[in-house]
Amino acid sequence: MKNSIGDSLRQGLQRLGSFFRKRPLDVELDAEMQSHLELAVEENLKRGLSASEARRQALVQFGGVEQAKEKQRAARGMPWLDVVLQDLRYTLRTLRRDRVFTVVAVAILALGIGANIAVFSVVDTLLLRPLPFRDPQKLVWIAPADAIGLSSSTYSADAYDDLLTMNRSFEDVTGYFAFSTSDNLKLTGSGEPTPLTGMGVIGNFFHVLGVEPELGRSFTKDETLKGGRAVVLLSHPYWERQFGGDRGIVGKSITLNGVPTTVVGVLPETFDFGAAFAPGTRVDVYEPTILDDIRNEGNTLALIGRLKPGVTLAQSQVEAKTLFPRFYWSKKYADSIGSYTARPIELKQYVSGKLRRSLITLWCAVGVILLIVCVNLSNLLLARAAARTKEFALRSALGAGRGRLVRQLLTESLVLAGMGAVLGLGLAFAITSYIAHQGSLALPLLNEVKVDGAALLWTLGISVGAAILFGLLPGLKMSSGDLQEALKDTGQGMSAGRSHERLRSALVISEVALACVLLVGAGLLLRSFLRVLDVDLGFQPSHAAAIKMDYNDGGSTDKRNAIFEEAIRRVSALPGVESAGISDNLPLERNRGWGGPRAKGKTYRKGEVPGAFVYVVSPGYVTAMGMRLRGRDFTWQDNMKGESTVILNQRAADFVAPGEDAVGKMVLINDHEVKVIGVVADVHETNVEGTSGEQMYLPTMRDEWGPDGAEVVVRTKLPPAQLAGSVLRTLRELNPNQPAVEFRPIQGIVNRAVSPRRFFVMLVGAFAGLGLFLASLGIYGVISYSVTRRTQEIGIRMALGASAGRVQMGVLSKTLKLAAIGIGVGIFVSMLVANLISSLLFGTAPTDPITFVVMIVLLGGVAALAGYLPARRASRINPMVALRTN
Amino acid sequence: MGDSKLDLLQGTLDLMVLQTLSAMGEMHGYGIARRIEQVSGDEVLLNQGTIYAALVRLQHRGWIAAEWGTSENNRKAKFYSITKRGLKQMAEDTVYWQRLSSVMGRVLAMGEKGGER
Repeated sequence: MKNSIGDSLRQGLQRLGSFFRKRPLDVELDAEMQSHLELAVEENLKRGLSASEARRQALVQFGGVEQAKEKQRAARGMPWLDVVLQDLRYTLRTLRRDRVFTVVAVAILALGIGANIAVFSVVDTLLLRPLPFRDPQKLVWIAPADAIGLSSSTYSADAYDDLLTMNRSFEDVTGYFAFSTSDNLKLTGSGEPTPLTGMGVIGNFFHVLGVEPELGRSFTKDETLKGGRAVVLLSHPYWERQFGGDRGIVGKSITLNGVPTTVVGVLPETFDFGAAFAPGTRVDVYEPTILDDIRNEGNTLALIGRLKPGVTLAQSQVEAKTLFPRFYWSKKYADSIGSYTARPIELKQYVSGKLRRSLITLWCAVGVILLIVCVNLSNLLLARAAARTKEFALRSALGAGRGRLVRQLLTESLVLAGMGAVLGLGLAFAITSYIAHQGSLALPLLNEVKVDGAALLWTLGISVGAAILFGLLPGLKMSSGDLQEALKDTGQGMSAGRSHERLRSALVISEVALACVLLVGAGLLLRSFLRVLDVDLGFQPSHAAAIKMDYNDGGSTDKRNAIFEEAIRRVSALPGVESAGISDNLPLERNRGWGGPRAKGKTYRKGEVPGAFVYVVSPGYVTAMGMRLRGRDFTWQDNMKGESTVILNQRAADFVAPGEDAVGKMVLINDHEVKVIGVVADVHETNVEGTSGEQMYLPTMRDEWGPDGAEVVVRTKLPPAQLAGSVLRTLRELNPNQPAVEFRPIQGIVNRAVSPRRFFVMLVGAFAGLGLFLASLGIYGVISYSVTRRTQEIGIRMALGASAGRVQMGVLSKTLKLAAIGIGVGIFVSMLVANLISSLLFGTAPTDPITFVVMIVLLGGVAALAGYLPARRASRINPMVALRTN
Repeated sequence: MGDSKLDLLQGTLDLMVLQTLSAMGEMHGYGIARRIEQVSGDEVLLNQGTIYAALVRLQHRGWIAAEWGTSENNRKAKFYSITKRGLKQMAEDTVYWQRLSSVMGRVLAMGEKGGER
């Protein structure tokens, strides 16, 4: 019979309707069949048959009543759904009965799946998802190919102007002032002055990124020109924190650093400058950078371009190669042409490209965890399967096909995985919201980390995948069993369990091997991290802290000297303070490069003199930071009355006086003649893991190099936090306008610099720990089961004279054999993996023997412990009891 | 038993039910089953019970309607009648079956003349 689509649809709906009205429909069917039979009996009676014969014939003609009902039900309802529901109900019943098993299985799955969702969310945000800007794939980061750190990625205002007019690749180019510091502004006008962080951006910054203010507008052309009125855009969090989310703030004036400034708009919550460009930092307000103001300040702009439609990244790179060398550092100096190069890269690549390897490693590690979880679950299910052999044999004997049994077992796996996934999602929500609020973690885009649609899809995928992975093997194993054997087998015999046990041993071995790989990987990363913590930074971060000091010298060096000297004198006099000094710049924080020192009387080729990192410091800073100094520190007499002086780091000293002692030598800095009075050990100025460049320390007391702000550094024997109050009070006494800025331990600055590595080490370490725990659980399960199964055998052996020690040894050696094979395989794989992650290691060889030995001993020890518990139980078997039972 | 045979049988029974209802008017399940048995001269070995699967299927497709009523000898029974859509469907299916059986007839007759070739 041909069916139109309409008919099929109608039938489908009817079937669905029938599915939910089973009972009334069954009652009706019963009644209908009853009446059918009665009609038949009646007719038969009329034909003259006896009552019993009439009934018999009616039944014969009707055929099987139950089969007919079954057929009718199949025709009217949804038989496959019935089967699924039946399986589901049965599953829930068995799982409820086996509560301990269910809880353990779901907990393990929740850990594995939860960790996977959380890591996926991180990887998705940092690596897979596009940046939260308009057409982000068109945005490029413009910097020299070999740029190390932000300082060497910057360009001058003149170069920016030339790029804007001369390029043919970019629709538009923007940038931001790369040398802003935190808490560089203070808000006054309501109560005590509060510190805030302002970021200077070129006027078209938000337009190029495609970020629209949530309230108000972006900067106008006039506001980006010299003499324009002062304006700011507020970041969303600052707007809420400082102004309580007042929508009326737009158009109002606030006082920043004493200047009345108009709030022109509020940026959307989704825009976080720090998250994309300066991980781990917070920006409160954005000011337009006035290019004419920074024209004489050298390379201060970090540049971002938006490619024209149809222009590829490669094309822009080709253009940049010839274009950038034509730019001037400053148009005032004709010979300042030719110092620039650039190789645009995708902005996304700049933001998170460095983390790619770490993230993929993390992803793999958590994938291994899921594998271990699956192996563990397989093992648990196999153990359960052994106990359920009879149940399945019985069902099979009653007519359940193999497919049906496998489906039943897969339903169980899916239900377990589903419950694990739900709990895991909860876990992942907790982890991701925790991570998203780690503002001090120097990782990009973390604020964006959340469990979103993609993560949910991923959850579904891995849950179903895991369920099939861990459910299929026990399912096939169980349903393939010999029916008669199974029905006869009491679970105590030797033969039937053999292959079963072999399979479980193989699973345990693979689990140990996987855990071994995780442990070795985590061990190598941990050792690298410890090495990083051990790096000689060139200063002593512990027991020191810094606070940003507000001062107003009115542009007079003498006045500034007086303020600084008095501040340091008073702070030094505070109880607990060992020494104090001022610098305008702290290591691992800001960027600032100047032309480096050159030996007096020596001529250099163009480009031969490297740039140097600059610190403008007061006497006492070198001591307060705990730096190692040869020669002498500055004194307050190194002012305009005396000769110009400088302290160099070892690297700069080696450059100006190769093979000699630089102390006492004369050098040229920006064409000023300066005497080297001391040499300090190299300080890690931009990162902990790299090498140091040239550094010079110039006195705050000279006109030539005025400091750009002041950080008062204090060294103390007390925990730095204890001094916070008294230091701030002292600064307030000197200057009532001193805002309540944070008193920051120097150690905190170092911690932030190493925080990405710490983050990865902690996660991978946690996964390794989890892997170890799961592997030991697996070992325990298998050994414990084998002891239970062999209770009788052990009883006999003990009755025949085997000592408790010997029985214990037997079980233990079996455990260690499994562990040893697993570790052997694990070491082999670890060696391969270690090579793959070698670029993530620091000061640690991929074959680091100590790591391997420690991890192997750890894994072996845990394995032995996991085997010891059942071994002890075995040795305490009472032969009489063991033999009597069964 | 393969699925294709079942399909053919199913389709056949469906058409028989439609034809019976269209010829005889409103009938209960037992009546339909008996009628088919009688007309086919006991050549169809029909388990009467299987008719109920066909009835519910036809009902779901909207080709027949059902209603509880009372039989001539005062028994409660469910009475089925053919709908308009059912009549249309029956007409289509009848044509199909007739074409099929005439083709089958010709094909099978070919064997008798086969020797002449």
